[in-house]
Parts: sequence; C-alpha cells; structure tokens
Amino acid sequence: MIWRVVAGLKPDVTDVRGERVCRDVRRHLGVELTSVRTQDVYTIDAGLSADEVHAAAYGPFCDPVIQDVVVNDLLHPDFDLLIEVGFRPGVTDNPGRTAKEALQYLTGRSLDADEGVYTSTRYLLKGTTDKQLAERIAAELLANGLIQRWSIHTREELVSAPPVDSVPRVADSILATEVQTLDLQVEDAELLRISRDGMLALTLEEMHKIRDHFTDPQVLARRRECGLGDRITDVELEALAQTWSEHCKHKIFAAKVLYEDESGNRQEIDSLFKTFIVGATREVRKNLAHRDFCLSVFKDNAGVIAFNDDWSLVFKVETHNSPSALDPYGGALTGIVGVNRDGMGTGMGARLIFNTDVFCFASPFYEHPLPPRLLHPRRIFEGVVEGVEHGGNKSGIPTINGSIQFDERFAGKPLVYCGTASFMPRRLHGTPAHEKKARVGDHIVMTGGRIGKDGIHGATFSSEELHEGSPVTAVQIGDPITQRKMFDFLLVARDRGLYSSITDNGAGGLSSSVGEMAEDTGGFELHLDRAPLKYPGLRPWEILISEAQERMTVAVPPDKLADFIALAKEMDVEATDLGTFTDSGNFHCLYQGKTVACLTMDFLHEGVPQMVLPAKWTPPQVKEPVLPMPADCGAVLQQLLGRLNICSKESVVRRYDHEVQAGTVIKPLTGVANDGPSDAAVFRPLLDSFEGVVVAHGICPAYSDIDTYHMMACAIDEGLRNYVAVGGHIDHVAGLDNFCWCDPVLSEKTPDGPYKAAQLVRANQALYDYCVAFGVPLISGKDSMKNDYQIGDRKISIPPTVLFSVIGRMDDVRKAVSMDVKRPGDLVYLLGPTRDELGGSEYYAHCGELGARVPQVDAPSALKRYRTVNLAQQQQLLASCHDLSDGGLGVALAESAFAGGFGLRVDLERLDAPADLRTDTLLFSESQSRLLVTVRPQHQSAFEELFTGQSCALIGAVTETELLVVDRGADKDIIRTPLARLKQAWQAPLKEM
Amino acid sequence: MAATVKAIVISGYGTNCENEVAYACRTAGAQTDIVHISALLSGRVKLADYHFLNLAGGFLDGDDLGSAKAGANRLLHAEIKGEKRSLFDDIRAFIAAGKLVMGVCNGFQLLVKMGLLPALAGDIRQSCTLTFNDSGRFEDRWCRLAVNPASPCVYTRGLEQLYLPVRHGEGKFITDSPATLEQLQLQQLDVLHYADKQGDATMTYPDNPNGSIAAIAAVCDASGRIFGLMPHPEAYLHRTHHPRWTREELPEEGEGLQLYRNAVHFIQQEFDVV
Repeated sequence: MIWRVVAGLKPDVTDVRGERVCRDVRRHLGVELTSVRTQDVYTIDAGLSADEVHAAAYGPFCDPVIQDVVVNDLLHPDFDLLIEVGFRPGVTDNPGRTAKEALQYLTGRSLDADEGVYTSTRYLLKGTTDKQLAERIAAELLANGLIQRWSIHTREELVSAPPVDSVPRVADSILATEVQTLDLQVEDAELLRISRDGMLALTLEEMHKIRDHFTDPQVLARRRECGLGDRITDVELEALAQTWSEHCKHKIFAAKVLYEDESGNRQEIDSLFKTFIVGATREVRKNLAHRDFCLSVFKDNAGVIAFNDDWSLVFKVETHNSPSALDPYGGALTGIVGVNRDGMGTGMGARLIFNTDVFCFASPFYEHPLPPRLLHPRRIFEGVVEGVEHGGNKSGIPTINGSIQFDERFAGKPLVYCGTASFMPRRLHGTPAHEKKARVGDHIVMTGGRIGKDGIHGATFSSEELHEGSPVTAVQIGDPITQRKMFDFLLVARDRGLYSSITDNGAGGLSSSVGEMAEDTGGFELHLDRAPLKYPGLRPWEILISEAQERMTVAVPPDKLADFIALAKEMDVEATDLGTFTDSGNFHCLYQGKTVACLTMDFLHEGVPQMVLPAKWTPPQVKEPVLPMPADCGAVLQQLLGRLNICSKESVVRRYDHEVQAGTVIKPLTGVANDGPSDAAVFRPLLDSFEGVVVAHGICPAYSDIDTYHMMACAIDEGLRNYVAVGGHIDHVAGLDNFCWCDPVLSEKTPDGPYKAAQLVRANQALYDYCVAFGVPLISGKDSMKNDYQIGDRKISIPPTVLFSVIGRMDDVRKAVSMDVKRPGDLVYLLGPTRDELGGSEYYAHCGELGARVPQVDAPSALKRYRTVNLAQQQQLLASCHDLSDGGLGVALAESAFAGGFGLRVDLERLDAPADLRTDTLLFSESQSRLLVTVRPQHQSAFEELFTGQSCALIGAVTETELLVVDRGADKDIIRTPLARLKQAWQAPLKEM
Repeated sequence: MAATVKAIVISGYGTNCENEVAYACRTAGAQTDIVHISALLSGRVKLADYHFLNLAGGFLDGDDLGSAKAGANRLLHAEIKGEKRSLFDDIRAFIAAGKLVMGVCNGFQLLVKMGLLPALAGDIRQSCTLTFNDSGRFEDRWCRLAVNPASPCVYTRGLEQLYLPVRHGEGKFITDSPATLEQLQLQQLDVLHYADKQGDATMTYPDNPNGSIAAIAAVCDASGRIFGLMPHPEAYLHRTHHPRWTREELPEEGEGLQLYRNAVHFIQQEFDVV
C-alpha cells in the first residue's frame, strides 16, 4: 500500500524556505505573491500497518515543536496553487534512503529492495491561480527537469478529486538481463552509427581497430574457449568505449602533436603529458636529488609527497564540468565526494583533511537570452555552491581554499574544480602506505553504495561537447553519508590489514576500477550478477560501467575475506564479493555463470590508437589601447573592487565549514572583522604538532586570449606567491595542473582546432619551463578537453583555463603571516618590480579592452624573492604579507588596509618601476611575483638587509586614520578614499548571493 | 592505581568532530575513547564504563529528515545486540548515575530531539527544537557568547564570556510554548546567549547568527550535567584557532578547553577518580 505523510511548519512558524521562493519569484519573474509555504512529503511504498505509519509520521518524519503532520490528507489547505516537486525514477533520493532506514529502526524489521520511501516538496502558493506562472516557477526556480518532475494543482482540484498517487519507482525492464552481440564487419557509416547511437564516443579509427581485432584468428579461438562467439558483445564494446574514452585515456594529452610555431619551425611532440608534465617532474626530482620529497606521482588516484618522516600528504584536484552544466547541485556535489574517493583510493587509503574549490562561471547577473539547454548562470552559481557545501560540510571536511572566476564564455560550460588533500602514515604494516598491489587470488570486493543506472556513460559523455541528446543518466547526485560510513569502515579495515589494494569507482565504474587494479595481476574474473543493485532491471553492461557513486573496489586476500565482510556488516556498510583477480590475461565478466565479456587485458589497455593532432601557432592580432588618463583613480579603484573577479566572496566562503577538524590556522577570511581575503590556507593536520600544510592556487584565464604560454606562467607564479605569502616553504612544494580546454581537435565542428591545439602546446611549454625553474614537481592533475557548447550554429568555447594548485609545508604554523595590516606606524614595502603589463588585466577589461602586454614571469628573481620572504617569516619580521594579482597594487593596498582596519599612505614615486609609466599603470598593472608587506619599524634594518640587492621598495606607512591615501611625489592625494567606502564597494556585488 | 576519568566520544553515521572533541577531553585530563556507534550497538563496548559522554558535531544521516532526527530515531529504537534495550535506555541509565553528557552542534540537536534537553521537571519529551537559521543558510562564523552566571551548568563554572565559532544551518533555538521558555529562564537553564560587542544578549544578525529566541545558544538540564550548545568549544583549544591570532595578544590555551576542564574536574570530585 502507498502512504503519503505530509509534514509542514505550523502556520505561526516562519518558513524561511518559502520566503526565499517568494523573494526569487519577485526578483526573477517580477510577480508579487502573497506567500509561499513549503511542506515535506514522504511517499511510503511498503507493507506497513497504519499504526506503524503513524508512529513514523509523528516520530522521525516530523518535528512536533514546529511542524504539523497528516497521513493521506491535505495539510493546511489554505492556498491557491500547489506545486509538488519530486525526483524522477532512479535519481538518488538521499532523504528517501534515510527515511527508509528510519522505518526499519522504528519497526525493527528490514524492508525489501522493492519497498521504499520517496521524498518530494510541496510549495503552497497564495496570491495567484495562474497555472502558467506556476509552471514557470517550477521550471525556472524550483526544479531541474532533468532529474525532477512536478505537478501543479489548484486547491479545488485537490479537494474535489485527489490525484492518484504516483511513485517514482524504476519500472522493470523485461529484456534487462539479455546480452546482445554486434556485427562490426559493416560499412564505416554503420560503425559510426553504432558509436553515436550507443553514446560510445569512439572514432572511426578506433572502431576499425576493434573491428580488426575481432577478425584475428587467435582472438577468436580464445573467445571460443570462454564460450563466446565471433561477434563482440555489448558488454565488451561498452568496456572498450569507457576505457578508451578521452576522460579515461587522455587521448589528447597522449597524442602525437605536429606543432608549428609563428616562425614556421616544426616540432613533433610525442605526448604532451609525457614530454612536458612527466618530463618536468623528472627534471625537478633530479635537481632536488636527496631533497626529493615526492613519493608517488601520476600513477595513482592522487599524488603523494612526504610531509615529515612519519606522515605523507596526498593531493588531487578534479573537474566536474559537464555534469554541473546539466544539474549544478548534483554535478558539484558528485564532484566533491568523487574527488574525496581519490584520496581514499590512493595507496592503501588516506584520511581526508581538507577540500579546495575553484569555480568559473558567467556573471550571475547575465541579462541576455540564453541558447537552448543552458541554465542561467545564477542557477549554476547557486546550485554549484550548494552542492559543494553539502558535499564538503556533510563529509566533515573543511573547505579552506578557493576562488571564483567570471567570464561570459563560462555560460557555455561552467568549470567546477574540486580538490581534496589527505593524510596517511608513511608506513603501514611494515610497507610504504603509498604503495599497493592486488595479488592473484585476491577477491574483488565492492563496498559502499549500490549500482543503479545513474552515471551511465559519464565518461563518454564528458568526452563530448554539450549537445541536444546529452543523456540524463549522466547526472548523478552524491550521497555524502553513505560515503562517510564507508570511509569510517575502510580506515579501520586498512589499519587491521584486511586488504591489499584499493581504488575508487569513478568514471567507467567497475570496468575501470577492476580493470586498472587487475593490471597488477594480469587478469580478473568478475561476476556481474552478484553486484548489489538499487533496483532490478539493469543489463550486464550497465552494471559494469555504471558510475553510481560512493563505491570503492578493494582487493581482499582469501584469508581476510571473512573478517572484512564481518567488519563491514557490523559497521552497516555493504561489501560484496564479486570475483577474483587472476593471471589469465583476460578481462573476463560473467553473468549468471555465463561469460559475457572476454577481452585481453593488453588490447583493453594498450589497444587504443594514438591520435595525431595538428597544432599551428599564429599569434593573435592584439594591440595596446590608447586610453585617456582617468580623472579620478580613487573612483576607478572602487569600480575595480566591485568587479566580479575581485570582489568579496564572503557569502560563499561562510557557507563552507572551513574549521571542522580543528586544523585551520590561516582561514579563508581574516583581519580585524574576520572578513579580509586570505591569500592561502594553513592547516595543522596533527593537533599535537605545529607543523603545517599550506595550500594555494593560481588561475588566470583572462591572459589566454593573448598568449597561453604566459597565462600558464602567471598561474604557476600566482599559486606560488600566494603560498609563500602565508609562510609556505618554497623548497618543499608540489604542483597540480588541471587543464580545462575547448576542443583542440581539428574537425568540421572545430575548424580552429590547430590554433587551440597550439595554445595547448604553449601552455605545456610554460608548465615545463616554470616548474623546472621554480623547482616545483608536478604530482598529479587532470584534463577536461571538451568544454564547448554547440547546438545548431551556436558555439561557445571557454577560454583555455589552467588551475595550478600548490601544496607544501611550513615547519611552524605559529610563524604564519596573514594579509591584513596590523598596526599604525608599520612600514609598507613592495617586493618586486612593476612593469607596463596591463594586457589581459582587470583594469583593461573594465575599460572594455584586452591589450597586448601580458604579464611575464621572471622565475629566477621571483624564486630568490620567495626564498628571502621565507627567511623574513622565519625571523618573524613580517607583520602582514599580501600578494598582488587581479587589479594590481591598487587593489592589494585597499584589501590589506580595510582587512586590517587601518589606513595606508603610499607614494608611487618610490616604486621599482620605469619612471615614465603612467599612474594608472603603476596602480593597476598586474606584473607578477610582487608582494605587499608591512614591517614593524624596529625590524626595518633586519628586513632591508635580507633584501639587499633585490627589488624592495619602501613605499609608505600604515596610518591611524581609516583612509587609503596614494601620492605620486609632489602630486598628492591621487587617491584619498575612506576604507569604509572601498570595503563597501568590494563587499556589495555578491553579498546577496 | 586509582581509577581515571573516562570519556567516550561516539562516532559514525555522519559524526564529524570526534577527533577534536577527543583531543579536548584528553587535554583536559580524561582517558578518552572514540567509539563507533556500531561497537555500542553490537554490545562490545558498554556506555556504563565511562563517566563523560560526548555527542560531537556533524550531520547524522545527513540531517536528511531535519537535523539529528534520523540519528535520534536510531538511538531511540535500535536495539543493542542480544539485549532488549536501546542505546537510549543506556543513556538514561548513564544520566541517572550522575554522569555527564555534552552535545555540541549536531550533538545538541540530538539531545533536544531525543527530549533529553531541557527535560523540564524530568519530562523526557521534545519541548524545544533547533531549526533553520533565519538566513536560510549554513554559516561558519565566530560569535561572542555571554555566560549565564546563575546557571546550574557544571561546564561553564567560573566563566563569564566565550568566543567560539558556530557552523550550522539549523541552529535557531525555539520552544514549543512561551511557558517552556519561561520555565527555562526561570530555572536559569539558558546557559549561553549570543552577545553583542557590549556583551549583552542580542537578537541582531550576525551577532545572533540564527535568530534563536532569547538569543539562546546553549541549554542544560536542571542538574547542570546534561549540556548542549550550538557553538563549537572544541574548535578553540589553542590560540592559533582564533581567527585573529595573527593580530591579537592571546593566551596560549583557547577558551573552549575550559568547558572540558570543568567537566573533568566535576567527575574527579563526584566519582573520586583522577
């Protein structure tokens, strides 16, 4: 029987959720409603008695202090229209899952797999009977049609004829378990159709490779031994498509690139990844010699470096762009809990210590019409922020570092970078904890969540641009609590030595996780029918490649299996034995005892053909604009402070718990009123030690429009100078590169492929050059290469964007330095020269210009400066230290002053800069490697002595009066603005988000 | 050897702050175990072996049915293996034995929703709640707290004010009736109030971060031994936890630790342990 429990706030209790809807309707649809009230609905589809349902309704399903509850009835029927929003069948419903568990505790018996609880939300509107308006409210404000559905009723309709209750149960599919075979000995057009209709994202060349493999007599003989015919099964084709996808194989970074520079010099690059990324790290590690702190790079789910003799540090940053474009909340939530599994699945598993997040959006105030299937940037902003909030906060992981970048082109595809650091002992059970190896005979055990249709084709989907037929099943919603329970269990299992290898189930599902682990042994035998399912009706291939979340695959030795399963049961975590690792050389899947896939491991992992990528660098036609000198630099400064790329992100930062685990020493917000913008975060992973982890990042897509070489160099420098600003040790820091590109592969759809590929080459060249120059090894990274939107003639490509994250250590967190000025009388210094480098700057963007002179990084002098800053920090000579980035010196001065609550008086004449530079250039140039520091007068000589021979200009002092005053020699008061006004300009834009 | 003060911190199902709470208990002098709830439900670990029960912050079951609702349901109804008792029965026996219970954030929500706070006149029934902040948002924010000097709370003895972070989306304290609030105040069970710069209780955002009635941030039962608070004392154990430690002269030890020291001291006195 189906029961509907409806709980709603008592009429006299303020409904915050309803009020927000009311406000959004007014703001975004221009309609004034009298009121909106909300109610939670639990649709129970289970064999329960009326007494049991009532006990649940008045027990776990309502809060009697503030809510009323009814069963199978209308609650508070004082409304004009009712909108009910629920999930579509098969979409993860976390409250529904929790409600089902609550019923089991309450009744003392377990419910069947086909019994369930489904949640929905009712919005009771007063002040309109317009169903079309309600339809718009539902579609544009309340629900996402991809994952949710809604119904709209008037009060009269509900009272006179209550609608038949519908339950979003997944309908059984009769053919579900059937395995199909495909004939690949067909025309090319048919091969392409198979790839396209199956969402396989396989190219013709790849389809040929597969077709030819299936004519090899040896292969066919081997198949017959396994009981398979000559034709490929759908299970096999899907497994190949996943494993060979851009997402899993990084075919662009592995391609052979034929590069031609602006002078016509040609170069053949055999894999950008091997040449520039692995190559840089190899060179850096060679130079570091005995000081090398890398432990595991590129080969695992995340990179591992030494923290000290007893502990190591694990770091990984992922992107989750395509899913976030379709369902911002679910996509971002899945992004953060997904990267959490990378840390847990590195080495023998690591405890998660903090998250980082960086988003790239179009303006939430975007006012132009949007092309089809794109969500408004405001909805993307709100959904992504909330998704990462739930993913991080609920998992008990502090979010300590991040930023938001804005560019209109991110309307085509938002970028959602999620990072996680974790912490593991250097050794476990006598062996290095960052190493692992599955052994022949180990059992394949899947733990955590169950398998559903969610996330099917996620890997192949993200390997394509967003188009009309992008599948709904590619969207998933993470479940932080199921994952948290699993992690609690796995750390106990790890410490008891119950497994020999572990990895996460991400893109490609079991196909990838088991396939990769089996490289240790050379084969596996996997029984797909043993996998626990969320609902019946999954085909074998769907079980194999589903990307349902919250699952880890573990290799458990036979003698540990019983203990492993028993511990899982006690800790209420599902763990299922799915088969064994073998040395047969086969990727071998069975269903109900019958072979449904038998591929050779070699073909699967090594069979994908190398792509050839043409790349031709033609410098873009850019020039410096001729701008009139602004009449009022103070006014310009205020306008810059209010630009989206510069303004305060406090409304977002506060929604992230940045202090759980009690390790955050330099928090994202700092200063006299706890609201200044920190450059980087310092985290203390051990509560009884003062050793710290320092994390920061650099990202500057605006420079890509001039030259991606310098964009990359600037991102690296920005990451490092943020890191150094708070006290990070410049000689113990590692980098992670996350490339997000627009499709660089020449095709009909992408005629400018060679230019975009050349941009990619140049960014990689800079990555190599600057990592080697700074001595920063790369330990992990990721690329997302298809960030385009294309429907019909409309194409939007994102600006090439690289997030450069850095992680390292400092010996004593008590010597960390924050960015806020500390006391009147302190001296103000600018470290590093200022040059005429406004190309791609926020100032030019504010003036509607791009410019040509993009900032360039002088690595040797920057490195020397950063090392000296470290010395000054160790001697505790710095009162504050703030990096100069977007908006240059002007913005840095304002931020340090209002964060500290004291004024500044500086003289631009004293800058280390060419004498002929204009004042606006001095104020807003984005020359790299510069830091603004304040020093107590008694430390003046010690400080200046440290910087002898370097660019170090004493430019002014901290003042008691709360004014920012900028002079240029005799030209006084070029800027003379109260701090309150600067701060207000900086805080206003995103305050209400 | 004399018996020692023993503290237990329950973990699992979305509890997040167990490590720092355990660290606070240890620093305060208690021998402390972090125990997964499954170990209590399996009967392997017995609550009765401890003096000081800590319900730490987190998101039990994701707060999916409202903060700590599903967690409260588990404690109330899940039976300890092989016994006809729930963990809730054990907690009541623990309280009856004169022992201490502290719930922080999600732990406070749990105590309130099980009816263990404020338990006016010993009535174990939910009479108050913690619900969505007026802002409608989760917020991480440091708050000034004024200590009610007349409160029977054993944890806040000798304290006048505190500065601690709140980190919650559902921290607005509400009672089921004006009478309940009146009783709470009459018996001085309103232990902490959100305060303004002058140290006075305030209803003004953001000093009062969630809109709690009467600016209530923490309550205890009539014995003063059962204590729940939304702010996180375990988040301020050392001066480097303070958001302005780089600019202010602060004592080495953070203000939150004193709550744990008071608890341990109370147990030492009452139970004759060290």
